Amino acid sequence: MVNYIWVFMIASGVVAAALQGRLDLVTSAALKGAKEGVAVCIGLISILVFWMGMIRIAQDAGLLEKLARLLRPLVRVLFPSVPPDHPAMGYILSNMTANLFGLGNAATPMGIKAMEELQKLNPDPKTASPAMCTLLALNTSGFTLIPATIIGIRMKYGSVDPAEIIGTTLFATGCATLSAILVDRLYRRRWENRARR
Amino acid sequence: MVEIVSFLSKLILPAILAFIPLYATFRKVPVYESFTEGAKEGFPTAIQLIPHLVGMMVAVSIFRETGALHFYLRLLSPLVDGIHFPREVIPLAILRPITGAGSLAFVESIFRTYGPDSFLGRLASTMQGSTDTTLYVLTVYFGAVGIRRTLYAVKVGLWADLVGMLASWFIVVMVYG
Repeated sequence: MVNYIWVFMIASGVVAAALQGRLDLVTSAALKGAKEGVAVCIGLISILVFWMGMIRIAQDAGLLEKLARLLRPLVRVLFPSVPPDHPAMGYILSNMTANLFGLGNAATPMGIKAMEELQKLNPDPKTASPAMCTLLALNTSGFTLIPATIIGIRMKYGSVDPAEIIGTTLFATGCATLSAILVDRLYRRRWENRARR
Repeated sequence: MVEIVSFLSKLILPAILAFIPLYATFRKVPVYESFTEGAKEGFPTAIQLIPHLVGMMVAVSIFRETGALHFYLRLLSPLVDGIHFPREVIPLAILRPITGAGSLAFVESIFRTYGPDSFLGRLASTMQGSTDTTLYVLTVYFGAVGIRRTLYAVKVGLWADLVGMLASWFIVVMVYG
């Protein structure tokens, strides 16, 4: 599906540019996008290097294991295919915790570490495993307790009560996350049935 | 309320950053060596992401800059009017899964035009806060481990965005409407 979205965006962009007789827009947009992509990666280097260092300390100190043991029942339901004492569990949980508190910068490296561990359990390294899809479902539905970025922007624009949207956000993100988990389950079951046949 | 929340969110990171090395030292972990050992992995991970992010950003940029995005937005407007979904925030609903920076810029434009405490301002805040940039998250997480076939992850992510948008609309109407 990523393939289709990708082709769709490029093809409709080229058509739109051609209709305006401005095909040059495509070239400049492509170069601009490429530049942006590299810039994001360069920006990620410092975050990844720093947080992966901190995560390693937490892991060596046994903190990740502790966190995993604490919330084991919850993740066992969400990730039935991952052995409960596997290192992936600790990373998954720290990723979820960081997301919950809106620590976006810290959540990404932890999610990547979780992915790396899930990849070790994956029989086909080019195809996503159901556990990976569940991790992504949790991340793309954006479950957050404190939407810090948006509160900051509301402050900047002089809101009388910048934090008042916490309640509505919690409701909406809760609905999104719950439905993502449910739909993920449905797809997983269908996929497993097909794989068994 | 704001004070408590902003205080907590300012406090939590420093607290974590102090706690991890202190606890590790207590457990006799060579903290500095552990840090550098783990940090080493960050660089190759970031480099590995370049082709994936460049690929995705190029497509998003072409889609946006050529006016294709705008065309689909206009195409969608009458459809969305049918269910009385506020027309002003449709671009946000479409932008959010594709680009985080783009959707944030749109939220700011809503704030500038209508104010953060207006109905539309609250709706845009809730929409932005309750969903995530699905395409970016997907690209980064799958790109980092070299996954090519994404199974059903995209569908689930986009579904979550749709539900998040509709739930935001519902709750903001209920609370502030």
